[in-house]
Parts: sequence; structure tokens; C-alpha cells
Amino acid sequence: MNASVTAGMVAPQLAGRRATLIFCTTLIIVTLGVAIGATLPAAHPMHVGTFTVTLLGKYLSYAILALSVDLVWGYLGILSLGHAAFFALGGYAMGMYLMRQIGARGVYGNPDLPDFMVFLDWTELPWYWWGFDDFRFTALMILLVPGLLAYVFGALAFRSRVNGVYLSIITQAMTYALLLAFYRNEMGFGGNNGLTDFRELLGFDLRSDATRIGLFVASAVALLLSYLLCVAILRSRLGRVAVAIRDAEDRTRFIGYPVDRVKVTIFTASAMIAGLAGALYVPQVGIINPGEFAPLNSIEAVVWVAIGGRGTLYGAVIGAIGVNVAKSWFTGAYPEAWLFALGLLFVIVTLLLPKGIVGGLSGLRGLRRKPRSRPS
Amino acid sequence: MRNVLRAAFALLVWGWAGIAAAQGGGAGGGITTGDAALDPIFTAFVQGRGTERREALDTLAASGREDVRDLLEGILDGDLMLHEDSDTIVRVIKRGRRFETARLDGSEAFGTLGRRDVDRLKLDNRLRGHLRGLIAGLGLTSEVVGERLAAVDALLDDPTGIERQRLEELRGSETDPAVLRALDGVRARQLIASADPDERREGIDALAADLSPGSRRAIAAIAGSEGDEYAAETRELAGIAMGRQRALVQRYEIAETLFFGLSLGSVLVLAAIGLAITFGVMGVINMAHGELIMLGAYTAWAMQQLLPQSITAALLLSIPVAFLVTALVGIAIERSVIRFLYGRPLETLLATFGISLILQQLVRTAVSPRNVPVANPPFMQGTLEINAVLSLTMNRLWILGFCLVVFTLLLVLLKRSRFGLEVRAVSQNRQMARAMGVRSARIDSLTFGLGAGVAGLAGVALSQITNVGPNLGQAYIVDSFMVVVFGGVGNLWGTLIGGMTLGIANKIMEPWAGAILAKILVLVFLILFIQRRPRGLFPQRGRAAS
Repeated sequence: MNASVTAGMVAPQLAGRRATLIFCTTLIIVTLGVAIGATLPAAHPMHVGTFTVTLLGKYLSYAILALSVDLVWGYLGILSLGHAAFFALGGYAMGMYLMRQIGARGVYGNPDLPDFMVFLDWTELPWYWWGFDDFRFTALMILLVPGLLAYVFGALAFRSRVNGVYLSIITQAMTYALLLAFYRNEMGFGGNNGLTDFRELLGFDLRSDATRIGLFVASAVALLLSYLLCVAILRSRLGRVAVAIRDAEDRTRFIGYPVDRVKVTIFTASAMIAGLAGALYVPQVGIINPGEFAPLNSIEAVVWVAIGGRGTLYGAVIGAIGVNVAKSWFTGAYPEAWLFALGLLFVIVTLLLPKGIVGGLSGLRGLRRKPRSRPS
Repeated sequence: MRNVLRAAFALLVWGWAGIAAAQGGGAGGGITTGDAALDPIFTAFVQGRGTERREALDTLAASGREDVRDLLEGILDGDLMLHEDSDTIVRVIKRGRRFETARLDGSEAFGTLGRRDVDRLKLDNRLRGHLRGLIAGLGLTSEVVGERLAAVDALLDDPTGIERQRLEELRGSETDPAVLRALDGVRARQLIASADPDERREGIDALAADLSPGSRRAIAAIAGSEGDEYAAETRELAGIAMGRQRALVQRYEIAETLFFGLSLGSVLVLAAIGLAITFGVMGVINMAHGELIMLGAYTAWAMQQLLPQSITAALLLSIPVAFLVTALVGIAIERSVIRFLYGRPLETLLATFGISLILQQLVRTAVSPRNVPVANPPFMQGTLEINAVLSLTMNRLWILGFCLVVFTLLLVLLKRSRFGLEVRAVSQNRQMARAMGVRSARIDSLTFGLGAGVAGLAGVALSQITNVGPNLGQAYIVDSFMVVVFGGVGNLWGTLIGGMTLGIANKIMEPWAGAILAKILVLVFLILFIQRRPRGLFPQRGRAAS
């Protein structure tokens, strides 16, 4: 048990002041650099193309998702294989707002209904689409819908003491059920095709360069805020109990901490952050469809965290961006080899670098954490 | 001998037709067809009146010629026409507004003619009906079962088209069960129309015993009929019979749903049982399990490529081969990766997921990203018809049986063999088992190999009912986990009952919820179920559970 106790003390240290300062400074400098580079004339050697800016914006939204996964996996010990569901729900909320912004400019020119509803011969807007014309309402839903699902799901699961592998499997079942549900046309979310053909966000043309740079900066700001939120949670009493639960759940419970309540709170907060990530992702890629619920997506997010280093917030960000840069490069250069590379990465990281790249570096300082679970 | 008979017959007919023509006072020559045997028949048909014409058709139908059906249909459909100038029967093919003519034996006749040069053979409605009856009657004695069946089926709509006597003869000589059933249906319909109340009752009873849609419609029609077409007593009897039929049909439909459910369940059990071994006995989450199933299915495909001439042998051989191939792959995975991760289930989950990606891509690169065709051997094709309502597809029946055999063998292996004893010992208390001299590392490898091998068997079974492609495994992995968790980890019986229950639940909900919604509901039910019983239906007890 000695090792676990050490680990419990290590985690807040890794989310410590110095790391936070370095991370925030780097993020701000890189963001400003890219934003300035994007506004330079195309001939300039330091110019950053719009395509790259959007790509980077996408990576940043993935980084936010990775943060949310790390919050529950790295600090609470819950391996969620369903975080893509929260991401996709946030994305759908944003997508619904963007659909409403199209107005009468769709193919069918119907001012009251999105194209796919006209196509399906629907006559009126379903009640759950009400309010999505308003951005403030949408912003609220982006956080509330994933948060509510996570709260209900977590409250049920944690109260029944479903944990470990069982929890992982039912989170996977949850995202799989949502995947199937969103494929149904009757659900009113565009079925197989999802929501697309977006035009404007808050009156800004989504196809213009300025909007794209703006979205990139917004993603960076969101990442910064999410990061600071995570740091704040982890520094608080709540975060410390969470780490205690990760390392010795039964002991924490017996001492008298409300384990279930802590778990639900952090799980819900994490889902809201994932929803925010999804909402930033959708306007940048221009589409949201049920494929985002696929169990593979959730697992990929977990892998970013595993590779970057779980239990360190900046490790999760590094993992998300690093893996996705590699993915973009591989799918361009060797499309066949990407799944080989990703698969090998899974195996190598779990075998050789159980605490990821960041953990591997800290390992040099002798802070490596021993496995928590007992052999069966 | 045959020629002599035919000539004698022709003479006879000719003689008779000649008399008929003389009686009709027909002036001028007869009709020519290019076939001496046919001339008098067509002469009587074209030049005669009333019953003569009908009798001519009867003679033709009874002539026993090979082309008799062709000729009758030609008369009915207007393909046979009369060339006016030469009084010759010709076969015509319509070319726009003109007719291309040919002799009955197919040789060239008068070239292409205009509409005025040829006449249709005149038919009234009664003759048409008679012709149809004759054609149907021809089918009744056909050598081909399908033609006989079609002919009898036509009679079901009009049971008066055949005489009682003839029907009884046919029933006596018929050997094919389907045709016999249809003949019984015709007989029942004739009996219902009878004047004798006993016969009517017998007819209703016979019809009620047959659950085919046609009989059910007929019964319902009688029960719901108004006016005096049927006696009041008959209607009442039909009403009772209809209620009985409904109850029976309902019962058989439940049986059918149950069979579909068991069939889906057997697939789930096959896919999950290997997982139950590795997950339950070893506490290892093998996310590559689906890909091992896929490898099994590809083995079945590869065996068929190697033995293209015998699909049955290829399939039977692929059972042991798939087991060996996937078991070896499984052992390789265990030795190279999983062995280092015991006690860290979440890490095992990630590493095996990585392996699943590699295996998928391997198949895409080495074979093809598209689905590969796997043929069904003859014994797995077709259906087993219990009755008109309930028919079971052979391939699903075999897979259900295969699943039970695999399950029994596994159960025997784990409960009755030395290896099984050691597996259970290691799963219950690793330290103690080691202290007693069990080589736990070897048992781990072999257990994992066994689980993987069973996945291969599942793959062979799945290759017979679904598309075999690189994504085959992914479709089953979530379901398999659900079955294992639902049934209770470390319990083979739990997996069997869990899989069958989920399969049946799915199929019961499908009719009113649709396939996808049924699946969603099952998933939601499972998520809620695990809240109530986090260790499944049959939780592991004792020290191993903690």
C-alpha cells in the first residue's frame, strides 16, 4: 500500500503551480503565434494556412476531450469507454443550433424545418428542437445534456458500486446504445447523415478565414479554461478525495467520505467538459453524425491519455495532440499503416510506459507508480 | 409399336372427325396443319359448332402428344392462327402490326403477313374456361413436381374444375407430400360445397387442420360469408374452426419467435463463451476477442478456397483448423502481451484493443478490405417445414446444435478433465494452486488459447449466416461482453442462459419495436440490470469473487 500512498501525494504535485504556469504560457504563446501567422499574407514565410488552423483547432477540441477523460481516469480511477457519447451530445447540441441558423437557405427553402425533416415529410419541429435558435440556450444545453446523462448514469452506477471493468463495459454499452439510437431517422437528428451544411455561427460565416481563426482561438481559450477548471477541482478538497478514491476506494469509504457523491460530481464535470469539446469540434469539421458515438472513438480518447500520461493534465493534452498529428501524417502518407501504428502504440505504451510519455520522463525521477489492483 | 399406336389413333380420330365434318355439312376441304394427326382435330375445332369444338379440344388434350400443352396454350393465347387462303394453322409471332408465320413443327410457312391474311381461332368465354381447365389438367399428370403443384394450386381457387372421381385417382397415385396436401385442400373445398352435411363437416375439418394461408382465408371467407351460399351450419362450423386455427397459428408463431430467439441466442453464446473463459476464469478483458472470431470466419473462407470442389468437407475441416489457428494466435497474444499485464485489467483492455486494430488491418491488407464470400454447404441450405406456419432454416438449426455441442464439450472439459481442474484451481486461488504444484503460467496460456479457439469456432459458425469481412468481430464484441456480464462472470451456465435470454428478449421485442430499437432496449435493460446485480445473474461466490 506504500506505493499507492506515494502516488496519491504525487498527483496533485503534477498538477502543481509550476506545471500549470508552463502549460498556460506555452498554450497562449502558440495560440497567439498561430493566430498572427494566419493573418499574415500568404507569401510570408511564417504564414499559417486556414486548413492548418482548422486542423489545429480540431486537435485542441480533442485535447479538451482528453482532459475530461484524464480527469475521471487519471484522478478518479474510472475508465470510461463512453466519453465520446458526451462529446457527441455536445456536438449535436451545437449542430442543432447551427442547423437552425441555416433558416430558409436550405435545399428545400423551408424556414421552419431543417432539410432532413422536410425530406422525411415532418410537418413541425419536434419539441426537443425548441430553443435551439438561441445561442445562450444552446450553450446551456451543450453543458447540461451531457452533464445530465452523466449524472443519471453515474448516480445509478456508483450507488450500486459498479466499478472497474464492469463500469467500463456498461459505459461502452451506453455509447453503443446511443449510436444505434441516433442512426434512427425517427429520432429527429438527421439519422445516418447527421447534421451538416452549416453556414453561420453567431452571424459569422463559417467558411470565412476570420471565423476559422476565431474558432481556433476559441478552442484554445476553452482548453485553457478547462485546464484551469481541472486544476481547481484537483487542488480542492474534492480533488484530493478523488485521488484517495482512485488509490484506495474502500479505505476512503470506511473513513467516512461520501465516495459515491464525489464520483458523480467529478464524472458529471468531466462529461460537461467533453460536451464543450464536442461543441467546438462540430463547427470546425462542419458535420456531426452518429459515427461520433462509435465505441472506437471513446477508446481512442482513452489511448491519447494513456500515451500522453494519465494522471497528469498536460500529459493528456500532449497525448491527444501528438497522436492526432501522427494520425494526420500517417493517413496522408501511409493510410494502410495507421491502424498498425495505432495498435502497436496501444500495446507498447501499456507494456512499457504505463504512465505514458510524461510518466516515462518522471520515471527517471523515481516517481513511477506501482499498479493498484491486486492479482486475482 | 408406339408409331403403330399413334397411326391407329390418328386414323380413328380422322375417321371420327370426318364423320363430324360430314354431319356438320361442312363444304370444302378440312384444315391442314402439316401434321396428319392434328388435321381432323383442328378441322373439327375451326369448322365445327358448340360441343364439337369442345370435344375436339378434349381429343387434343387426351392425345398424349408432347407438344399438347404448347398447342392448347397457343389456341388460348392466340399464338396459333388460321391462314385464310390455304386453311392452314400457323404459329405466329407479332412483329409490330404484321405477323411472322411458321408451321407447327417450326419450319418456314408463309413469311410475314398482314393482319388480314390470318384469323384468330375463335373462342368464347366458356371455351376459354374449358381450355384453362384442360391445361391445368395436363399439369396434374406432369412428371415435374413443380408443374403438378402449380396445377393443383390453380384448382384451389376453383375446385369445381376437376371431377371427384379424377381427384380421388390423383390422390391415390400422388407421392409428393406438398402436392398431396394441395390435393387434400381441393378435396376439402369440394366437400364443403357438397349437399351432404356430413361431407360438409368433413370438408371443414380437413380445411381447419391445414394452416396454410389459403386454407385460413377459405375458412375465414366461409365463416364471414352472408346470404345462402353456405348452409348456416357450415358457417357456424367454419367460425369455430377459424378460432381454433387462430389459436394454433398464434402458438406456432410464438414457437417461431422462440426459435429465432434461440438462434440469435446461440450465436451470442458462441461469440461470448470464449470470452467467458478468458474474462471469467482469468479476469482478462480481451478486446481482440471479436477479431479472433473474425479470424475463425476467414479460416472457413480459406478452407473453401483450398477445397473448392467440396464445400461440405471444407466446412467440416475448417472447424478443427479454425480452432487451432485462433488458439495459436491467442497463445501468441498471451505470451507476448497479456502475461505482462495480469492484475491490471484496464491496461489489458487497452493492449488487447490495440491488438484487435492490428489484426483487423492485417486482414484488410493481406486479404481484402471487402467482404469475402463463404458458401453454404447443401446440408445447411433450405428450410425444415414443420407446417405451413412454422418453418425453420437449416443453417440456424445447425448452428443452434453446434452451439450446444460446443457448450457441452467445454463444460465437460472444465469439469471433468485434469486441465479443467487446474484451470478452476488457478481461477479460484492462484497462490494456493501454485503451492499445490499447478504451473499457473502454463495454465494461463492454455486457458487463453482455449478461449481464443472457441472464438474461432464461433467464427466458422458465423461465416454461415453473416457477411465475412474485416469488421465482423466489432459487430459482436459489445454484445459478447453484455452476455458475459449479464450471465455472471466465470460461469459457463450463466453465459448460456444469459445469451439465450438476451436472444429471445431481442426477438420478442423486434415485431413491435423494430430491430434497432429492440437492441437499444436490450442494452438499456442490461445497463439497468447491472445496477441491480453488479455481478450478473449467477455471481461467482467465495474467495475468487473478492
